[in-house]
Amino acid sequence: MGFKSYCFKKSLWVFHFGGASCNNCDIEILDCLTPRHDLERFGILLVGSIRHADVLLVNGSINRRDKERLLEIYNQAPKPILVVAIGACGCTGGIFAEGMTFAGPVDKIIPVNAYIPGCPPKPEAIIAGIVKLVNNS
Amino acid sequence: MAVSLFYFFVFPGLLFAATIGAFLSWFDRKITARVQFRKGPPLLQPFYDFFKLLLVKETILPRHGSPLLFLLAPIFAVIGATLASVFILLPLFSINTGFKGDLLVIFYLLTIPSFSYIIGALASGNPLAAVGGSREMKLILGYEMTFILVIAGIIMKCEQHFDLNTIIQTQQEGTPFIGSISGVLLFIVAIFCIQAKLALVPFDMPEAETEITEGIFIEYSGAAYAMIKLAKYIMLFILPALIVAMLMSGFNLHGINILWAILKVLGVVLALTLIRNTNPRVKIKQAISFFMIWMNLIAVIALVLIAFGL
Repeated sequence: MGFKSYCFKKSLWVFHFGGASCNNCDIEILDCLTPRHDLERFGILLVGSIRHADVLLVNGSINRRDKERLLEIYNQAPKPILVVAIGACGCTGGIFAEGMTFAGPVDKIIPVNAYIPGCPPKPEAIIAGIVKLVNNS
Repeated sequence: MAVSLFYFFVFPGLLFAATIGAFLSWFDRKITARVQFRKGPPLLQPFYDFFKLLLVKETILPRHGSPLLFLLAPIFAVIGATLASVFILLPLFSINTGFKGDLLVIFYLLTIPSFSYIIGALASGNPLAAVGGSREMKLILGYEMTFILVIAGIIMKCEQHFDLNTIIQTQQEGTPFIGSISGVLLFIVAIFCIQAKLALVPFDMPEAETEITEGIFIEYSGAAYAMIKLAKYIMLFILPALIVAMLMSGFNLHGINILWAILKVLGVVLALTLIRNTNPRVKIKQAISFFMIWMNLIAVIALVLIAFGL
């Protein structure tokens, strides 16, 4: 393992993209940053600008309108960028998979590095997913 | 020549100030985490952040705007911060060069990073960055007057000597300047000026993360953002060091006194961190009136007290 990839693993900055979400996944993601779970232990920070991000968290079902914005956000991100799909809607579409405005799960639009299923996933599951992502990247 | 380059790049300059500043940045984040009952990042976290930005990430140039200025601004910021660090730290470590550490030169050098951030933000062509840049400009208008009043107070206390060497020696032979009523007032004002200079929380409206998403730094990525981080680390060390030099009798580097010197810097950073963790962000208007009215008032009271010898 090289120095570069070690530094990258140790300091993942997260940008959060919420599609047409029911907000449960958003709440669980924010829960990871609270004192009980504290992702800053691993150097993970939530950043406000996509230009600073290393990880793009996508949750919620992606509508036709969200699709353009997701693509734009993905193209604006500095590479290398890791994409994580969170929740049933992000991974597969969940109950919206047959909906008429649904534009496909995240991996049909942009390449996805990790899937964290659940409706919503527990914070522990999100942390486990991030750990697997870090160890495989 | 070689000695000057060594001063600039290695010992009191770039490498040393940036390393200490990175540790202080870790200290700041760790204290923040402890205040919020969290565990906090590991010791080497600022280094991981810096090397990740510098070596791994791609640097994106703005399509609308001026890419050259956009890339030069962080370099100007690092150069300005490093020059200021050399001129502050040489007298602090009592290294004798021809230059004696003129306070006014230090004052002007310390404004270079803020101005470079504004230039970079306006060159990026992003509307949110422009909002951040204009806020930073107003903030500078607010605190610079107060900061120069603090410096004037120090100069008056030291019987019209402008150089940092004499100021430190006067304090080490007599009592530190903070050991008087006017000194305490100057210390309070200086702490708030530094808070604004570092853009920490009550005065972080140029880079307000929640409303204008990092503001002046919104378009920076990769190596350019790493340079900005570097300038921020250096500033986080040299501004508390300047306060220690001006008011708390500088460093005494003999035996156990080294520990005392470290504790002084850590104490000032601790005060900054606690202020940052216990206050909400104020509006730019409130910040300007805070400095223009209240802080200037306290500074002027301190100047009058100094004139009466208190």
